[in-house]
Amino acid sequence: MKNMIELAKVIRTKNSGPFILTIDIIFKEKEVYEKLKNMNYFSKKFWADLYGIKESDVISVIYFDPVYAVKANIRRKVPSGSPGDTDVYGAQQHAPLLEVKIDV
Amino acid sequence: MFKIYSPTAILGYGFPVQSFYNALEIKPDLIAVDAGSTDPGPYYLGKGISFVDRGATKRDLNYLINMVHKLDIPLFIGSAGGCGSESSVNWTFEIVKEILEENNFHMKVAIIYTDISKDKIKESIINGNIKNLDGSSDIGLEDVEGITNIVAQVGIDPFIEGYKKGVNIIICGRSYDPAPFSALPIHYGYSKGLSLHLGKILECGAIAAEPGSGRDGLIGVLFDDHFEVFPLNENRRCTVTSVAAHTLYEKSDPYFLHGPDGVIDLTATTFTQKDEKTVIVKGSRFIEGKEKWLKVEGAKLVGIRGVFIAGIRDPIMISQIDEILEIQRELVRENFRDIKDDYRIYFHIYGKNGVMGEWERYNGLSHELGLVVEVISKDTDITKMILGYIRSTLLHYGYKGRIATAGNLAFPFSPSEVIWGEVFEFKLYHLIKLDDYEFPIKVVEV
Repeated sequence: MKNMIELAKVIRTKNSGPFILTIDIIFKEKEVYEKLKNMNYFSKKFWADLYGIKESDVISVIYFDPVYAVKANIRRKVPSGSPGDTDVYGAQQHAPLLEVKIDV
Repeated sequence: MFKIYSPTAILGYGFPVQSFYNALEIKPDLIAVDAGSTDPGPYYLGKGISFVDRGATKRDLNYLINMVHKLDIPLFIGSAGGCGSESSVNWTFEIVKEILEENNFHMKVAIIYTDISKDKIKESIINGNIKNLDGSSDIGLEDVEGITNIVAQVGIDPFIEGYKKGVNIIICGRSYDPAPFSALPIHYGYSKGLSLHLGKILECGAIAAEPGSGRDGLIGVLFDDHFEVFPLNENRRCTVTSVAAHTLYEKSDPYFLHGPDGVIDLTATTFTQKDEKTVIVKGSRFIEGKEKWLKVEGAKLVGIRGVFIAGIRDPIMISQIDEILEIQRELVRENFRDIKDDYRIYFHIYGKNGVMGEWERYNGLSHELGLVVEVISKDTDITKMILGYIRSTLLHYGYKGRIATAGNLAFPFSPSEVIWGEVFEFKLYHLIKLDDYEFPIKVVEV
């Protein structure tokens, strides 16, 4: 089992507009990226479990070959800056990913 | 060959003076800068004000306008004043005018307003010429009234129209981030796909470099079949990873980037390292939009926020924190029975789940908690009353097993409560059909 922080060089979240949080993982090695992509490791279910949300709130998961990256778009709990928001830029929602361990 | 200088991620975020002088040496054909974003939240659009300080904006503009003067090249500013409303465009113009007068420069400035009237939005709703965008909720006629400022995000056309009027500087309202960078090269016949993709990379300044920075710049150079991008600071490099990764940044889909002019298609794009600090990009294409649908943004006032901040260090209290705070809600309800529907209370508990709220998976508690108590109501007086009541009630609340009977909260400040001000929410974040719509361009000679 490898820790996600060993496998990835970038793990980040950010707003993509006021209603969507976009999550990026950029892997260090092509082999690891391709293996995970081929097994669709980052399924909608993966993201739903990670954040404790419904699969229907995971809008899309996209693999981006040029930099060995996977991107997930999830619906924000609350629109950016609306009452009840906790992270206006959406920039600090990545921590659960750092805990992930993957068998590669 | 067409050279574009992007000095910084957001006008007013600054840049090292050496990077500016390096750009001057390169003699760019255009200075373009993005001044805006919806990232800081709905407040700034709601109020029609900048999220960047005036002095910081003037500092950057002073350098850039001196370059305009020295090299006789144009300066294009997109999303002026942050939200791009009429008031923030005028705010930017006032700064530009001040600089021109102080330096005794004579220039022609195009001011482009991208505000949209409420009537136009209502008309779009009635005619069904409106679409939800990226998770926004449906909007009805009744929602439109409460919105303060409404802006449309324009593409390259108004910049080209403005430039044709023979101006040195364009100050444009809300703009598609790549538009100020790509309008002029597209006007000169460079590939739309390459120009807009380059604009998308340049609009965040040196964020697309390694190490990345929001207060430093890049140069983009367009050729017929590719473009190159490199940083101005010798301590940074553009790498295939840093540039390609930026294509992912803040976007839902890295292959198809939607904008007011159409779609940038990156499915055939390649990124190659040219030298230590320069990346070559090829193959970015453009799919022309068949109809003119523009994004419109508007924020609505929802109330007045008040806040107090307090620390909690007592382990007996910390172990019961959720229960204690829940009881405070009941105590407020009981004390102010007649106004129960007019306020909202939020407890942000740092050291527990202040950052992630219900998404937090970690169950532990810190040895000390930072409590931010937030009250929002329609009215400053109600907000103050509820907030003050929670402060005094929670300070002296006798929870189970309490030993520290003098007070439950460590306030860092006196006064401990502050009226934070108006709270807005994004209400309008939609596409509307705007065929043949002309945005007003005002040309001013200073």
